[in-house]
Amino acid sequence: MPDEEYHEWLRREGRIVIVGASLAGLRAAEALRAGGFAGSLTLIGDEPHEPYDRPPLSKAVLLGKASPEHTELPRLRRTDATWRLGVAATGLDMTAKRVRLADGEEVPYDRLLIATGVRARPWPKEDEAQLDGVFVLRTRDDAVRLHRRLAASPRRVFVIGAGFTGSEIASACRARGLAVTVAERADGPLVGALGGVIGAVAADLHRDNGVDLRTGVTVTGLEGDATGRVRAAHLSDGSVVDTDVVVVSLGAIRNTDWLKGSGLGAGPRGIACDAGCRAFDFRGIVTDDVFVAGDVARCPHPLFGYQFLSLEHWGNAVAQAEVAAHNMISAGADRRPHLWMPAFWSSQFGVNIKSVGVPAMGEEIMITQGSLAERRFVGVYGHQGRVIAAVSFDNSRWLDFYQQQIERGAPFPVEYRTVDRRPEGRAPMPAGFPDPSLPTHGPTVTLSGYSPADRQLVFTPARH
Amino acid sequence: MRLVVDLNKCQGYAQCAFLAPDVFTMHGEESLVYNPRVGPEQREQVARAVAACPVGAIAVEGLREASDAG
Ligand SMILES: Cc1cc2nc3c(=O)[nH]c(=O)nc-3n(C[C@H](O)[C@H](O)[C@H](O)COP(=O)(O)OP(=O)(O)OC[C@H]3O[C@@H](n4cnc5c(N)ncnc54)[C@H](O)[C@@H]3O)c2cc1C
Ligand code: SF4
Repeated sequence: MPDEEYHEWLRREGRIVIVGASLAGLRAAEALRAGGFAGSLTLIGDEPHEPYDRPPLSKAVLLGKASPEHTELPRLRRTDATWRLGVAATGLDMTAKRVRLADGEEVPYDRLLIATGVRARPWPKEDEAQLDGVFVLRTRDDAVRLHRRLAASPRRVFVIGAGFTGSEIASACRARGLAVTVAERADGPLVGALGGVIGAVAADLHRDNGVDLRTGVTVTGLEGDATGRVRAAHLSDGSVVDTDVVVVSLGAIRNTDWLKGSGLGAGPRGIACDAGCRAFDFRGIVTDDVFVAGDVARCPHPLFGYQFLSLEHWGNAVAQAEVAAHNMISAGADRRPHLWMPAFWSSQFGVNIKSVGVPAMGEEIMITQGSLAERRFVGVYGHQGRVIAAVSFDNSRWLDFYQQQIERGAPFPVEYRTVDRRPEGRAPMPAGFPDPSLPTHGPTVTLSGYSPADRQLVFTPARH
Repeated sequence: MRLVVDLNKCQGYAQCAFLAPDVFTMHGEESLVYNPRVGPEQREQVARAVAACPVGAIAVEGLREASDAG
């Protein structure tokens, strides 16, 4: 069947399956219907809940301004879909075009969208992770449990990892008047995402708000009491912190395990796809019926040297879902590339932190507006003589301007005059990113290389 | 009613917090914190906030009675 005709048939009566029923999955389903898809649509999600929003879980929910059970995403249009919630996809047969489910059922598709996102990286020592009082925060159920425990006024909350999520949790605990210790391997919070210059500002922010911040340390062990409740955390500097709640905030693991043996280019760094959201197989050859969107995807971006970017960003999940949905039901020439400008926000200690572009690519930073000391500024990151990213603390109105600078490849250092430029902002300084091989925590951008086919991936065909 | 704010778009102008203070509050100078689930008694305030947001960042389901997404 010629391409056009096939897509016409697909739009009329094809079968589309979406695995992962969260932000990207829901928005893709809506976009498919908006784009005229009239065939059968099935969403498969392992969580028993309908799609809900995660960012409030570490902010409004912990601040007591929203219920952990009620952050469901608004439906923006009818999806007329079959929802298979509470059942995980366990396998994919790309030849027979079927998704296998945990309950044994197989769901056939003409087009598949994978939006299985990421999960919280658990505390690596399993027996310690099982202790009562040890939490992670990724899902609604995690939020319910943590919220309940915080409401019981623990003596101290111990947060492992000062990425965005860890910092937001610490911030919410302080707002609730709880004693908080934060342990971070790097020299400051947010260093992996925003570099050492900004990390120093974040460290002051923690300390001024009463957080007992320990940097340059790792947690070597969690200690439980006789009843199996966590009692203390042991640090690499030999210190011991008594605590009855531990929140492990060590970043995320991509949900690609279920694709093992499928032949798809899926691994620990996510699923590689082309700019049109089509997944690569393990040989680096692009598929035409398997698409990817959201946190689980890694996708090349022309503005950033065609590096494959993994973006754990809310806005990316929405934008990529829309592009993937469009391309799933469109013939070649009508397809669109996903060229979204990375953008992120976080809210902690009453400060609004936002970024655009890819800060982690920046070798240098200069403060073009405001001042670090006042914690109200814009910092611009430079990479090989051009503007590559910007971050703002309580100064978000200017970010659109810097986004245009990034898109235009404007020169760095920034020579033009900016509003509220201070003497300290005249010269660039090293941005202070740690060794990129060290893991960063929290929703951020990961540069995951240039090659779609990970050489280290070993292909073991699944038995069907 | 369910709502979500695209906080990439939001510029902290606080119009929503002024018009529907039970739903939207400013946390610090420009951070918006909101309750994603609000009761029908907030309908009018929320509708005003949606209309007043200068960047169109607030999306709501169930604002009009007839809305029946699913
Ligand atoms: C606490 C917290 C705070 C955050 N704050 C911010 C913020 O301030 N700003 C920002 O930009 N981003 C933030 N994020 C990130 C943002 O929430 C994510 O980028 C977004 O949720 C990604 O959506 P997604 O649909 O791609 O993946 P996910 O939301 O991870 O959804 C994937 C879904 O697929 C399901 N799944 C996985 N495997 C299977 C399987 N085998 N079968 C069936 N279903 C499966 C998962 O259970 C999950 O429901 C935050 C995230 C968290 C957890
Ligand atoms: S009115 Fe719009 S821009 Fe202003 S704070 Fe509310 S959501 Fe943000």
